[in-house]
Amino acid sequence: MDVIETLKTLWNDSGFQSFFTDGGWKNLIMICVSCLLLYLGIVKKFEPLLLVGIAFGCLLVNLSYFGEGSSDALYHLDLWDNFLDPEHKDYHSYGAIMSHGGLLDILYIGVKAGIYPSLIFMGVGAMTDFGPLISNPKSLLLGAAAQMGVFLAFFGAVCLGFTGQEAASIGIIGGADGPTAIFLTTRLAPHLLGAIAIAAYSYMALIPMIQPPLMRLLTTEKERQVKMEQSRTVSKTEKIIFPIIVAMFVILLLPSTAPLVGCLMLGNLWRECGVTERLSDTVQNALMNIVTVFLGISVGATTAASRFLSLETIKIVVLGLTAFCFSTIGGLLVGKLMYKLTGGKVNPLIGSAGVSAVPMAARVSQMEGQKANPKNFLLMHAMGPNVAGVIGSAIAAGFLLAVFK
Amino acid sequence: MLDKMTFAAETVTEATTKASDDLSISEAAGTALFGYAVVFSGLIILMIVLYCTGAYFKSKEAKQKASAAAETKAAPAAAPAPAVEQKLAPGSAGHVKLFDVPDKEAAMIMAIVADKMQKPLNELHFISIKEVK
Repeated sequence: MDVIETLKTLWNDSGFQSFFTDGGWKNLIMICVSCLLLYLGIVKKFEPLLLVGIAFGCLLVNLSYFGEGSSDALYHLDLWDNFLDPEHKDYHSYGAIMSHGGLLDILYIGVKAGIYPSLIFMGVGAMTDFGPLISNPKSLLLGAAAQMGVFLAFFGAVCLGFTGQEAASIGIIGGADGPTAIFLTTRLAPHLLGAIAIAAYSYMALIPMIQPPLMRLLTTEKERQVKMEQSRTVSKTEKIIFPIIVAMFVILLLPSTAPLVGCLMLGNLWRECGVTERLSDTVQNALMNIVTVFLGISVGATTAASRFLSLETIKIVVLGLTAFCFSTIGGLLVGKLMYKLTGGKVNPLIGSAGVSAVPMAARVSQMEGQKANPKNFLLMHAMGPNVAGVIGSAIAAGFLLAVFK
Repeated sequence: MLDKMTFAAETVTEATTKASDDLSISEAAGTALFGYAVVFSGLIILMIVLYCTGAYFKSKEAKQKASAAAETKAAPAAAPAPAVEQKLAPGSAGHVKLFDVPDKEAAMIMAIVADKMQKPLNELHFISIKEVK
């Protein structure tokens, strides 16, 4: 055995050598980025359930994929480029992915087919009590207003040179809804998925830092002190009928929302109907955890250095933050309007909960309300706009999908 | 107003037909406004639907409460409420109905019965004492 030759072959096959080849340094940067994301997830607890998986997926892909020809890679960008190229023989061929892909390619099929976001929505539905929204349907206006950031960021993205499909995917970050952002991006601009998913989940985790300054800036001390009256009790029958009505109405209005809204409402029906406790429990816990594992790691895999390290990513990060801020502002402004129209019965702070990060945004409203008036309990009032935001962002995504698909 | 909406709708249609191409800024503005309007109108209609179902259930609940209240009002007429119960003495085992028997005699009878049966009085339950004529 020629030891020198064997060592040379081992070196040439190793990832270490790839760092010194064309563009390999980018992988090194992405490995540092993944370590930073792991730090944020584990130490700072930024949406750890998803961010740790995304960060590790990012690490795995940048350790194994160094461009076309990386046969041992866990994820192959070139395979997915062929999958999306109408002139390639492997166009829309899941068979090609299954036969030539790595582990993360196969897991990514669930993202590409829109399975994971829909199943996550099923779990969200099973975990959500829509009672506060049913008892106070006006909350839907706040959920609608808080989609302002989606459309402003969409407009901003077009101004910055993104195509309509890319801009729509970037804008939906403002909906503060990770599964919706992933669902829309895989359909419209899959090449931006990594950046959009990371931006969406990072900003959702940063809500307690992003929202309070805007809330204090846009509301007066007097408005923040408003104590809201207790809402009426919602009957069991109303809670059972609600998911059926919403599914029928929203899906008929925008059929493209069917996977998201359908799964959300099915999960909620299982929770409320009282005869499917086992299913509700499975969807809320076991299924949700399994899907979170697959979703996190496969979304992280899309952050291959050659695609992720670009000016576009920086633009997406900036636009995402803009979207978040304007969504908060939209909700607050309509909250203020409601305060005026009701003669001071509505605390405008609940408007910021219209972004659909459940229940983080509602908790922020509660905390700010209590700072202004320690006897203030806004949590249940803020949960109404919060869950309305989930429906609102699904409708916004459905609209963008209908226009740009 | 209608003209503006038609313009927005046309813009969206244009955007749809050339979805893969770049959007102009005016088209993007039109699409954004129209999209925001769609989200608002969708949720407003849903709000109206929820108000209607809420109103239905509230009236149903009010009816149920009213009928329950009517039943509780009617119930005392059918069966008069029992007389106010007297406070029981410590160790007593309820009330005994006395028919033409004075209290003192009843107490004596109960003591005799307990003695004859050789059982403590508080372990016996007298239902009624009636004078046999």
